Amino acid sequence: MLLLDMSVPGRQGYTLPKLDVDEIPITDLIPEDYLRESELGLPELTEPEVVRYFTQLSRKNHGVDVGFYPLGSCTMKYNPRVNEDIAAMPGFSRIHPRQPESTVQGALQLMYELDRSLAEIAGLAKTSLQPAAGAHGELTGLLIIKAYHKSRGEAEQRREIIIPDSAHGTNPASAQMAGFIAREIPSNERGGVDVEALKAAVGPQTAGLMLTNPNTLGLFDENIETIAKIVHDAGGLLYYDGANANAILGIVRPGDTGFDIVHFNLHKTFSTPHGGGGPGSGPIVVSEALVDFLPSPIVEYSGGRYHLVRPKHSIGPVKAFYGNFAVMVKAYAFIRHLGAEGLRAVSENAVLNANYVMHQLKQDYYLPYDRRCMHEFVLSGKWQKEYGVSTLDMAKRLLDYGVHAPTIYFPLIVEEAIMVEPTETESKATLDAFIAAMRAIAGEAKNDPEKLKEAPTRTPVKRLDETKAARTPVLVYRPAK
Amino acid sequence: MPYIPNTPEEQRQMLEAIGLSRLADLFADIPEQLKLKRPLDLPEPLAEHQLLRYMGQLADKNVNLDRCVSFLGAGAYDHIIPAVISHLIMRGEFLTAYTPYQAEISQGVLQSIFEFQTLIANLTKMEAANASMYDGATALAEAALMACNVTNRRKVGAAANLDPQWLELLQVYLENQDIELVKIAYNHDTGLTDIDSVDTKLGPELACMIVGQPSFFGTLEDIGRIAAWIKSHKGLLVMAVDPISLGLLKAPGEYGADIAVGDAGCLGNPISFGGPSVGFFAVSDMKLVRKMPGRIVGQTTDRDGNVGYVLTLQAREQHIRREKATSNICTNQALNALTATIYLALLGPQGIRQTAYQCLQKTAYLRRKLEAAGFKARFKAPVFKEFVLQADWDWEAINERLLEHNYLGGFPLKQVDPSLFDCVLIAVTEARTKAEMDQFVDLLRGWR
Repeated sequence: MLLLDMSVPGRQGYTLPKLDVDEIPITDLIPEDYLRESELGLPELTEPEVVRYFTQLSRKNHGVDVGFYPLGSCTMKYNPRVNEDIAAMPGFSRIHPRQPESTVQGALQLMYELDRSLAEIAGLAKTSLQPAAGAHGELTGLLIIKAYHKSRGEAEQRREIIIPDSAHGTNPASAQMAGFIAREIPSNERGGVDVEALKAAVGPQTAGLMLTNPNTLGLFDENIETIAKIVHDAGGLLYYDGANANAILGIVRPGDTGFDIVHFNLHKTFSTPHGGGGPGSGPIVVSEALVDFLPSPIVEYSGGRYHLVRPKHSIGPVKAFYGNFAVMVKAYAFIRHLGAEGLRAVSENAVLNANYVMHQLKQDYYLPYDRRCMHEFVLSGKWQKEYGVSTLDMAKRLLDYGVHAPTIYFPLIVEEAIMVEPTETESKATLDAFIAAMRAIAGEAKNDPEKLKEAPTRTPVKRLDETKAARTPVLVYRPAK
Repeated sequence: MPYIPNTPEEQRQMLEAIGLSRLADLFADIPEQLKLKRPLDLPEPLAEHQLLRYMGQLADKNVNLDRCVSFLGAGAYDHIIPAVISHLIMRGEFLTAYTPYQAEISQGVLQSIFEFQTLIANLTKMEAANASMYDGATALAEAALMACNVTNRRKVGAAANLDPQWLELLQVYLENQDIELVKIAYNHDTGLTDIDSVDTKLGPELACMIVGQPSFFGTLEDIGRIAAWIKSHKGLLVMAVDPISLGLLKAPGEYGADIAVGDAGCLGNPISFGGPSVGFFAVSDMKLVRKMPGRIVGQTTDRDGNVGYVLTLQAREQHIRREKATSNICTNQALNALTATIYLALLGPQGIRQTAYQCLQKTAYLRRKLEAAGFKARFKAPVFKEFVLQADWDWEAINERLLEHNYLGGFPLKQVDPSLFDCVLIAVTEARTKAEMDQFVDLLRGWR
């Protein structure tokens, strides 16, 4: 049953105030042939029907509030509700982006203080809060790299962005959007960057390197200083994909390890909710040498006031207005609530939880990189594959245990990958239950593989036919007349 | 630590299970010389009660729209928001979910996105729509890139009367792919795109023509003529539309637009200093769907034959195609799209038509009143919910004075176009009342 199925002509779920001005015939205001002829195709429903429909829909959805959500690289931690209350304060939610600066000093102060906090956490100089998501931050950072080389007369020559084969898919896609050529390099046997391959890849054509550290295997690259030196010596810049920053808060700062640009996912590390796929926020923090290239505008403080300023050689805006402000409010509330000690505890416990679960599961699942992990780790389903069971089957079976599946088939360099990120907001009891479920599934894979292939069976729908969806796309509902 | 369950005893047990004794041992892979040897230099932590106080103080330093009467628009609008929306989107199952990768336990989000795609496609009269974009500006830029991809042309035509910030962003997106942006001038008398001024030699080189309906100035374009022009050169027609205006105005599909984009922040989303908003992206036929950026939800069946929804056509996307993807977009604006969906469901066709009608009538009313008070409407063309007013004074100074009377005046256009130094862009939504407008006019008249 969809909204249009429930529609009854004449119903309305919201009443506007009565029009209180003198009306003029519409065709005196707009030429007749500019007016819509077709129906709007919207449902006609009352408020209680709408409420029940969406409440019922919500009940068919898993969220962090519902249960464990160990989706690797996504940092599905608890989203504090006080942050929602704060973002909903009229002083934040009911301000217009074009108001005079004098009337939005509180908002600008908040953005400035968030900028200062993120710069301290990153170990870099200045933040742009404009990017709307991690991938958007990547694009922005790459445009800054381009502008930097251009300012030195090297834009034509420096066309390549080096990206390890373990990187998020957004890295090469962002490089392409920024007009670069993505050059992939392999990982070494410890899961880090293959330093020899990097040496062979750099040259006068190198614009920069994009790196996630800890990387998508959840491993900290011990050679980061060497890597940074190789790239810098070749004249390139280092971009830090901050998707995995939940491992490093107050422990190590990307800027101190040689990175020039960092993006943070406020919707991962800094606890703002993902909302089923956004809104996110992907601010970038850059080194002193790159501040002048930041997107416009940034917030500065001078003469006792906060100002929106266009950096001297700004790459221009990358989003309308100032970014996803409400998300910034929530992230800043989180930072102020936890402080330095709390943020460090976030990373310590995130890393502890990941190592604990990894350690308990490595007898049951193949662990391709058996070393200490950071906030997440990657298992492989290849042992279970021998019983004719895929990682997908096991992921679907986990849903029957009331757990969201880990990220699967990523990173691409691990066969049948299972990427687990518990986060710091889960209890030992939850982790133990997850470990028990994973062990039970490993047992089922061996003894009752059919059960996994039929999974899930306790979910609102059973396994969905993705091939059919792609082969004969139905993307819009068109009720039969 | 209110959000971290591990007690010191549990930490000890877990460390022991791993074979470690201290938390610091967990970080042995990080070279010692790189580690931060001091606490982060951040303000002292605030307990929740203090936090609410502090953030409340920051919020109170802002003049919010509940404390004044606003005629500001220029890309963000003070529309009425039904109270029930925030209650629904705050349900934890929606709020705290990720992108719906595991479809079987994500039917709530997936079905709501399918509803969004349906309602946007219907409103715009297009064949299909995606799950959302960051905002209208980035949706527009992605539409231009897609048009180049579809037509294999490397020039993009865009009406110069589009939102200047959107144009600037478009320039950023295009220049880095070595695509040329050609701005099509507008007539300074009417405020409308002057399609006759375009060199016809340019026509066959343009991947698309992007036009706003209404324009940044609120003026309504003669889209039919522009459509005919770009179609005759086999380029795409890209329309950037205000979704509320579609309650009255001809839809992009009715003009034969190939891509329709816009900002749906105005559909029930709080204005929040300009973000998060939500962009929409719709196309005219299924062939174009495969070139579309962003997430798409499709209907399918489960193994028992029950209807369900999944993310589909993912072969376009970054996690599969990497550098060959149609875009790098990943996280989009799902909760804001859900907000828009609930808004559309509540208002329905009558409510959207009524909202558009009130915007139109109230804008016309204020324009009439101001003209009667001796002010000049800068452009002659018909307008929807915004218009440009001209007067020989400093609008920023006027806005300062208005503020003393709890009015937020219009947007002074000298900030974006020096030739419009004496102009202000005034927006009127359904939220304004006759009394508010009358007092506004009285104030301005008094200062003449």
